[in-house]
Amino acid sequence: MTAEDRRAHTRAHTRADLLVAGGGPAGLTAAATAASGGLSVVLVDSGHALGGQYWRHPPAGAQMSGTDGFHHDLTAYRSLVDTISGHAETGLVDLRLGHHAWTVRRDEDGIELHVVDRRRPGADRAVVLRGRRLLVASGAYDRQLPFPGWDLPGVYTAGALQALLKGGGVAAGRRVLVAGTGPFLLPVAVGLADAGVRVVGVHEANDPRRWLRHARAVAALPGKAVEGVEYAAALLRHRIPVRVRSTVVAAHGRERVEAVTVARLDRDGRLIEGTQQRIAVDAVGVGWGFTPQLELAVSLGCELIGSEDGNAVVDVDAWQRTSVPGVLAAGETTGIGGALLAGLEGRLAAEGLLREVGCGAPSVRLRPVRRAVARQRAFSRAMREAHPVPAGWPAWLDDETTICRCEEVRHRVVREAVASGASDGRQVKQLTRTGMGWCQGRICGFAVECLARGEVPGVAAPAPASERLVAAPLTLGALARLPSHEVE
Amino acid sequence: MRVVVVGAGIIGACVARAAVVAGCEVVVLDRDQVGSGTTSRGEGNVLVSDKPPGPELDLALASRRRWQDLGDELGRDALELESKGGLVVATSQAALEPLSRLAAAQREVGVEVEAVTDPTHVEPFLTPEAAGAQWYPQDAQVQPVLAAAAVLADARRRGVQYRPGTEVAAARTGQDGRLRGVVTTSGEVIAADAVVNCAGTWGGVVGRRLGGEVPVLPRKGFVLVTEPLPPSVRHKVYSADYVANVAASTEGLETSCVVEGTRGGTILIGASRERVGFDRSMSPLTVQRLAAQAVALFPFLAGVQLLRVYRGFRPYCPDHLPVIGPDPRVAGLFHACGHEGAGIGLAPATGDLVAAHLTGLDPMLVAGVDPAPFLPERLLRIPEETS
Ligand SMILES: Cc1cc2nc3c(=O)[nH]c(=O)nc-3n(C[C@H](O)[C@H](O)[C@H](O)COP(=O)(O)OP(=O)(O)OC[C@H]3O[C@@H](n4cnc5c(N)ncnc54)[C@H](O)[C@@H]3O)c2cc1C
Repeated sequence: MTAEDRRAHTRAHTRADLLVAGGGPAGLTAAATAASGGLSVVLVDSGHALGGQYWRHPPAGAQMSGTDGFHHDLTAYRSLVDTISGHAETGLVDLRLGHHAWTVRRDEDGIELHVVDRRRPGADRAVVLRGRRLLVASGAYDRQLPFPGWDLPGVYTAGALQALLKGGGVAAGRRVLVAGTGPFLLPVAVGLADAGVRVVGVHEANDPRRWLRHARAVAALPGKAVEGVEYAAALLRHRIPVRVRSTVVAAHGRERVEAVTVARLDRDGRLIEGTQQRIAVDAVGVGWGFTPQLELAVSLGCELIGSEDGNAVVDVDAWQRTSVPGVLAAGETTGIGGALLAGLEGRLAAEGLLREVGCGAPSVRLRPVRRAVARQRAFSRAMREAHPVPAGWPAWLDDETTICRCEEVRHRVVREAVASGASDGRQVKQLTRTGMGWCQGRICGFAVECLARGEVPGVAAPAPASERLVAAPLTLGALARLPSHEVE
Repeated sequence: MRVVVVGAGIIGACVARAAVVAGCEVVVLDRDQVGSGTTSRGEGNVLVSDKPPGPELDLALASRRRWQDLGDELGRDALELESKGGLVVATSQAALEPLSRLAAAQREVGVEVEAVTDPTHVEPFLTPEAAGAQWYPQDAQVQPVLAAAAVLADARRRGVQYRPGTEVAAARTGQDGRLRGVVTTSGEVIAADAVVNCAGTWGGVVGRRLGGEVPVLPRKGFVLVTEPLPPSVRHKVYSADYVANVAASTEGLETSCVVEGTRGGTILIGASRERVGFDRSMSPLTVQRLAAQAVALFPFLAGVQLLRVYRGFRPYCPDHLPVIGPDPRVAGLFHACGHEGAGIGLAPATGDLVAAHLTGLDPMLVAGVDPAPFLPERLLRIPEETS
C-alpha cells in the first residue's frame, strides 16, 4: 500500500467532522477555522483553485500576469489558503478541487455528499463523501432579466464580465457598457477600465438617494463609504459616465452586439417613454443582483425565509445552523451580503461547531465578530432594499423576446400561459417548458416568476427556490458506476 | 345535477369533462392548480403493454381509444399525444419465453402485439445483447400537465367552473345524511348533489374529510431527465422485468426503467417504485440503479448528461386497482382515485365510468368497461395493508 492508498483507505472508513460545499470566502474561512481547531474537514469546490467568485484565480501554473490588482484583501485570501494547504498536507483537510456536488443525502449517521470529479475531461467520476455535518457555502450566481437582444453574443452578466477578467485576464470587448443595479457594478466597471477597456457608461437603475433611508447602516461601516468614494474617484479618473435611473432595454446587432438602447426609469422603476437612446458597444454586462445557490439546502429540506431582494435564503440561527440538524449555511446562501460577511459567517459556523464538540475557546473572543456581522448584515439589508429589480421591467419585452434561452420559449408564449391562469413560475414551467433545459431555470427562473405573478417578488413572498435534486449535471455513465457501498 | 369535483389532476379534468358532456353542472376545485399534483410528476406513458389481462388492462384499452378521440377533438399538439409504440425487450434468453407468453395472453383480449427478432432494427441504438422483443403499437404518450390543462380548458368551454386555490376541508351533510356539498378551508360552502373525490394520492385524506375514507397510499418514484439530444430513442423501450415489477406487491425498492425520447429532445428514464410514505428525500442509490439499467439498454447513454431528477408519489390502493364509483357509506360521494402508476393512461375511461355512475347510465355502454372490479366496496371489506 502506498501512502496515498493508505490515506484513501483511512478516509473510506472514517467520517469527516465537517463537509464544506464551496471554497469561497465563507467555505474557506470555515474550513480553516475548523481545521485549526482540530476538526477533520473535506472541502469541495468546483473550481480549480480556492477562492470562489470573489477571489477567483486562474488555475495554478496558467501563464498570467497582472490579475493580482483585481483581488481585494488578497492577503487574507493567501493566509487562508496557506492554512488550508498546511492542513491538507497533514491530512486534516481533504481538499477536493474540480469536484461538483451533485446531490446530498442525510441519515442517522450524518451527511452523504455526492460529488462528481470533473478533473479529467470526458471521464467524470462519481464520489461519495461522508461527514457528520455539512456547511452549505455554495455562494450565488448572477441574477438576470431578459430584454430584446439579450441572447446576442457579447451580452454578458456583470459577473461574467468580471470573471473573464479575473480568471483569464481577458476583456470581453473594447467598448463596454455596464448596467443593472447594485454596488457590484462599480468594481466591474473599474476593473474593466483598469484593464484598458473603454467603459462607455455605468447605468444604475435605482436612485442612490434610496440609500439615504439607511443612513445609519451606512454610517456604521465607514469602510464601505471609503470604498464607495474610491470607486467614485476611479470612475472619474477613467472618465466613466455614470447614469442613475437608467438601464439597458435592448441590445442590437446581427452576429453579435453592436449597440444597446438605454432608457430612463421613473421613481417606481417604470420606463419613461421617449428617453430611449442608442449607444454603440461591442460588449455589455448587465447584473440585477445575485441568486443564492440553494440546491443542497433545499434537497435537505432546510427552512428558507424571504430576503429583501426577493430571493429565498436559508434561515440560520446565531451559529449558522439551519433547521436541519447537522446542516449549516454561510455566505450568500443566507442572504446576498458580500465576501466580508461571508467570511465572518463561515468563521461563526466553525466556531459554533468547535464549541459543540468541546474544542472551542470561551465565547468572549467572538464578540467583535458578532458585532461586525451585525453591522455587515444591516448594511447588506440596506443594499438589498436600495437596489430592487425595477417593477416595470416587463415593459421592455416584446412578444418575440426569448425568455427561456435553453428551451427557446418566447414572451408571447409565457404571456398566454399566464393569461390562461398560470399564476406562479412552476405552473408556467409545466405549461411552456421554461426552465427545463440546460440551466434548469437558473437564468430565467426569477424573470418567469415576475411575469407569472405580475409583480416583482419581495421579502414577504420571495421567489421560491427551485428544487433541483441534481445540483450539477453528471453523465449517466458516471452515475451508473457510482460505488454503492464503497465510500471515500 | 350539480357535481363538485375535488382535484384538478388528470383524473379530475377527465371526470369534469365527461360529467359536463353527460349533462351535469360541474365545479372543479383544487387546493393548488391544474395538474400540480402527481400529474406533474409522471412520465405520461399511456401503456397497454405492461398490463396482464384483467380489469386494469380492460380499462387501459378503453382509455387508449378515448385518448385517440381526445387527440382528434382537442388536437394532438395540445396534448402532445404521440402514438409512438412500445418495445419490450427481453434482455436475456430466459426472459424471452415469459414475455411471449404474456404477449399471447394480451393478444387474446385485444392488445396489438407482434414479436420482433432483431430489436435493433426498431431501435438502432439498443444494446446488441438483447435476446428479442415484443412490439406494442398501441403504446402512446401524452404530456400530462398539458393534457390535463387542455382537457380542463375544453370542459370550461362547455360550462365547467374551475376554482384553483380552493381546498376542501369537510363535508356538508343534509339531515338525511346525504352529502349536500363541501366546506372549504376558508369556510365557504359549495353546494352539490354529488361530490367526486379525484384527489389522487391525497384521496384517502379527502375521503376522510367527506366521511368516506378509502385506503390510498403513496408509492414514491424517481424519474431521470437527460440533456436534450438529437432523436435517438424512437419508441418507449423497457426491459421485460418491468412487467413483473409493476404487478409486484413487495415493499422494497423496485427499479426497472422505461427509456423514451421527448419532443424537447430530452430522454426520460423512469421510474422507481418504493413504499416509504411521503419521504421527499433524494435517494442517490435508486437513481443510480435507474441509470445503470438505462445504460444497459442503451449503451450510448453512458456519455449523456443527467440534468434533472424529479420524484412523485403514486396513489395506490392495496390491490393495485383504482377505486372508481359511489361510496356505499355516504350517499352522494363518489371516488375516482388510486390509479397508481397508470393514472394518465387510465384517465379518460375513468371519466366515462364516473359520468355513468353519476347519471345512472349503464357504464358498460358509456365506457365499454365493467365497473364492478373498481367499486369501493372491495376495499372496505379486505383489511387495509399496513405499510
Ligand atoms: C414517478 C412517476 C411516474 C409516473 N409515470 C406514469 C406514466 O408514465 N403513465 C401514467 O399513466 N401514470 C404515471 N404515473 C402516475 C400518474 O402520475 C398518476 O396516477 C396520476 O397523475 C394521478 O392523477 P390524479 O388526478 O388522480 O392525481 P393528482 O394529479 O395528484 O391530482 C389530485 C389533485 O387533488 C388536489 N387536492 C388534494 N387534496 C385536496 C383538497 N383537500 N382540496 C382540493 N384539492 C385537493 C391536489 O392539489 C391535486 O392537484 C407516474 C407517477 C409517478 C410518481
